[in-house]
Amino acid sequence: MTKNISALLCGILFGLGLTISQMNNPDKVLAFLDIFGDWDASLAFVMGGALITLATLQHFIFKRERPIFETQFHLPTKNNLIDKRLILGAIIFGFGWGLIGFCPGAVLAAFGDGKIEPFIFTLALGAGMMLFGWFDKAK
Amino acid sequence: MQNFTPYSAFLGGSLIGLSAALLMYFNGRIAGISGMIAGAFDFKNSENRWRAFFLSGLIATAIIFNVFAPHEPASYSRSTLLLIISGILVGFGTRMGNGCTSGHAVCGMARLSVRSIVATLIFMGVAILTVFITRHLIGISS
Repeated sequence: MTKNISALLCGILFGLGLTISQMNNPDKVLAFLDIFGDWDASLAFVMGGALITLATLQHFIFKRERPIFETQFHLPTKNNLIDKRLILGAIIFGFGWGLIGFCPGAVLAAFGDGKIEPFIFTLALGAGMMLFGWFDKAK
Repeated sequence: MQNFTPYSAFLGGSLIGLSAALLMYFNGRIAGISGMIAGAFDFKNSENRWRAFFLSGLIATAIIFNVFAPHEPASYSRSTLLLIISGILVGFGTRMGNGCTSGHAVCGMARLSVRSIVATLIFMGVAILTVFITRHLIGISS
């Protein structure tokens, strides 16, 4: 249960970060991606803030042998593997992201806007994930 | 750059980084949202329940924040069909590529994972190209 409480608190911080930085507003995200138009560099500052904070804290966290509530750190092992799946997956995600400006975290943080669009997008997102599950099994 | 908000962007980003750091510190887990969404519906294994807790915290905060500090919602000027197509592509692509903006662009890049750096460069590049084509070549509204 403690693991769930810490995850809940982390989720609260994450939601606060997305909301304060306005990354839950797809107009703002599209304005960042529109480098040939009226460019809004804000998203770069979000990334910068996140990377500096995380990289600094991680430096100390990884000196530990294990996390507080788990027996080991769950880290990906294939950090250098560049395969067709990674490349094609990133292309498909990038294309979808550029069409509307929602990524999976941002759309969940847009649920408070009182608009129907974030819910429609999330249903489609879930469908896309299930579609990949079937596609992957069929192969 | 009339809507440029560097301070709130940097503060918000730092909170996202702090959240990811604490999740690693306490739970030893990567704060990748697409992976959490995909794994949140596994109710059989109680080991996986943390994902649903994280996502509930995220959504609840965004809703409460908007009650106390309402902000202008996005324009959503593009069609519902495009919204659905975009959602399906983002869901499919993030599962295939094992991560999205949080998992690859934040957590992976902070660990200097080559895989995540390559994925981030590709999805950023393709997204920029997509916006260029739809806004400036085809001229789909905003």
